Amino acid sequence: MTMVNLAIINYEMGNLKSISSGLKKVGASVQITKDPNVIKSSDGIVIPGVGAFGDAMKNLASLKEIILSQIQEGKPFLGVCLGFQLIFEESTEFGLHKGLNIFGGRVIRLPETVVTPHMGWNQIFIKDYTNPLVEGIDDKSYVYFVHSYYPVPTAPEIIIATTQYGVEFASMVAKNHIFATQFHPEKSSTVGLKILKNFINFIKK
Amino acid sequence: MLAKRIIPCLDMTNGRVVKGVRFVNIRDAGDPPELAVLYEEQGADEIIFLDITASHEKRDILLDVVQRTSDQLFIPFTVGGGIRTVKDIQTILKAGADKVSINTTAVKTPEILTEASRMFGSQCIVCAIDAKRVYVDEKAPPKDRILVETPEGLCWWDVYIYGGRKSMGIDAIQWAQKVEELGAGEIMLTSMDYDGTKDGYDIPLTKEVVKRTNIPIIASGGAGTIQHIKDVFIQTDCSAALAASIFHFREIDIMELKKELQKENIPIRL
Repeated sequence: MTMVNLAIINYEMGNLKSISSGLKKVGASVQITKDPNVIKSSDGIVIPGVGAFGDAMKNLASLKEIILSQIQEGKPFLGVCLGFQLIFEESTEFGLHKGLNIFGGRVIRLPETVVTPHMGWNQIFIKDYTNPLVEGIDDKSYVYFVHSYYPVPTAPEIIIATTQYGVEFASMVAKNHIFATQFHPEKSSTVGLKILKNFINFIKK
Repeated sequence: MLAKRIIPCLDMTNGRVVKGVRFVNIRDAGDPPELAVLYEEQGADEIIFLDITASHEKRDILLDVVQRTSDQLFIPFTVGGGIRTVKDIQTILKAGADKVSINTTAVKTPEILTEASRMFGSQCIVCAIDAKRVYVDEKAPPKDRILVETPEGLCWWDVYIYGGRKSMGIDAIQWAQKVEELGAGEIMLTSMDYDGTKDGYDIPLTKEVVKRTNIPIIASGGAGTIQHIKDVFIQTDCSAALAASIFHFREIDIMELKKELQKENIPIRL
């Protein structure tokens, strides 16, 4: 595969330009889309996004089926920030909302002991060095976060890295061809671009 | 641990970077996206662009800068200056900025902070406050101001708008508390007394605002040496330190600065 073609899901939630600049920078070709045919013909699916969980699921409703079936068929997936939270079972943000339910677990609010949103550069503690997404990434690297909620995965084995902010939470999860990060790799400078590059390399293999 | 941020600020007009010393004597230091990328390479954690273009008709030049920056820059960046409406905010965020900073408009129409934070999230709404000391008679201090004893005397801080040209007679510390309530996610706090002096940050001001608010505070105005930045992080709980000319004219190298901060056990991204 010479050029990796990614479908960035356009569901009107936040800044899609940054993630597409980041993926282009590491050599992917991207299409910001809600067209099922484009999603089908892509080499990988990316769900970025900033905003409220409930609104996001509402906006994703018409694409939910195609995204889930593509992932089930083995298409590589990257979820970022809100796109990371959406792959879990449910969220408690502004009432209880059902997610894509790719992974078990609930998305809950950060403890009241810390200032929210959790905004800025914080460290990742790598739990699974064998995962392709963290290849070449140092333990305790700083990455850029903006969020007030975090998921508690039912299956701890999907946790690739954690971060501490009032609580120790899963900041990267992965299983087979499904990857997701709570932080913004597209805003995390060299470390973040390397993570995006790792995702592209995974698809190429 | 959440790292303290180092933020170079690029003042720009008509799409070019400038930096005023005490808001006059403007010098030219280049293309904004190009400088921003250079700063990312040097280890900056974030970039702030302040557009001081007088004419609102030239907004397309600003938007072009924002777009070009977001294509090349892989750290967060904020755009401020001349924002008047929620629509302005939306346009700038859509062009690729991560946050907007609002100053004069927030003072004149505070509800913009609430409306914008509801629409786009408080994390992308920075309220900029320009504050200047007003020294008072210790024997007859005003009652409705937050007074702080500084080495230079008892004072309160007055809010200025229009790029530091107009005094509002509003208590800056009370204003900081108010903007948090209204929905600002962050405060960029500039000392008018220290801005451009290279005498260090206004520590009493920064300390007092940090103490009385619960959102990140960016200390601004007065950085001249590495020691000044160390001081503001050691003596106050601010989240970030902003500087302009010392970075633009290479008086301080960001990497060197960060290594020095780390020696003091200040959490920093290296």
